[in-house]
Amino acid sequence: MLASLAGDAKAYRLLLGAVRDGLRLYFRRRLGADLAADEEDLVQETLIAMHTRRQTYDPNYPLTAWVHAIARYKLIDLYRRRRSRQTVPLDAAGPLFADDETGATLARIDLDRMLASLAPSTRRLIERTKLEGRSSAEAGADEGLTETAAKVRAHRGLHALSDRFAKRGDHADG
Amino acid sequence: MRTDDLIAGLAAELKPVRTSAPTWLLGLAFLSGVVAASGLMLGWLGLRPDLRLAMGAAPFWMKAAYSLSLALFAFALVERAGRPGARLAPLMCLVFLAVAVIALIGVLQTLRAPAALRWPMFLGGSYAVCPGFIVALSIPILITVLFGLRLMAPTRLVLSGALAGLLAGAAGASVYGLHCTESSALFVAFWYTLGISLTAALGALCGRYALRW
Repeated sequence: MLASLAGDAKAYRLLLGAVRDGLRLYFRRRLGADLAADEEDLVQETLIAMHTRRQTYDPNYPLTAWVHAIARYKLIDLYRRRRSRQTVPLDAAGPLFADDETGATLARIDLDRMLASLAPSTRRLIERTKLEGRSSAEAGADEGLTETAAKVRAHRGLHALSDRFAKRGDHADG
Repeated sequence: MRTDDLIAGLAAELKPVRTSAPTWLLGLAFLSGVVAASGLMLGWLGLRPDLRLAMGAAPFWMKAAYSLSLALFAFALVERAGRPGARLAPLMCLVFLAVAVIALIGVLQTLRAPAALRWPMFLGGSYAVCPGFIVALSIPILITVLFGLRLMAPTRLVLSGALAGLLAGAAGASVYGLHCTESSALFVAFWYTLGISLTAALGALCGRYALRW
């Protein structure tokens, strides 16, 4: 980690590889069957968080304590997001709205409006990767970004949206 | 995107960073809050008229030593709260020790005074406004400290917010000490600590939302 902070990419790669394995194990043990699909997303989110906040590592403390605290934070963050979104079980709610197309239209309008609140390049990245199904590399190339930069920016954009969305959900619930 | 590709990409864009940088930014944010609070105090409350005289006597420095030592410990605590996995307990003990010391001095000083003076020593002349003024002066500092902490990586949001409030409250109390003319240790131990605690509670409330990243 010390070599990584100094800018040694090779050491950093080895470190992230080792951390990834540890994180998979960590999240696998803690995620229930209903959230198991989020395991790899959480691993990636944690790695990105480590990367963007690597200057907060204090060399006087063990690296594992630092990674563990970030992983724990990301796990709690996931629980919090899921709780605010999944208060209604989808199986029960599905039939009620199945014949109602206004819901889908409203969702589409909401989605457009939410995306419009993002920076233009972030919005295009999310539209291309998440809605049109293109790869991060392709979408990034259109914006003149590397694949990783595109991935990080799309991730941040979605995070910002989910924060706003979750807040509105809280208000609606009471 | 596969995780391996993500790792390769992150490694490819790696730049050297200094682990001391967030501490300096936090310090800068904190100091700008203190400047704002000082401006607020000067424009709104004003310095105590006998400041020069008071600076030659012990009570002024007793108040300053208490609030400044709390601010010092709290700054170290906030700085650690922004670093995932850092231990906070040893510094927390110092905070409680500082409160215990001023409370002990206050009680001993009050017990040695004539009985008729004890109640006035506790209430002073400004007990009703002191905690409120401290909270008010602390708010600009709380805002800038929360901004500084957002640049780090707090993982326990409510606790981190409370510590930011502790720092803001202790610094706000230090600024308020330049206006306040009270001189009894018991007054400081109770009413200053109350103002600082209220600010810490406010910080805890804000931290939950303001510190998400």
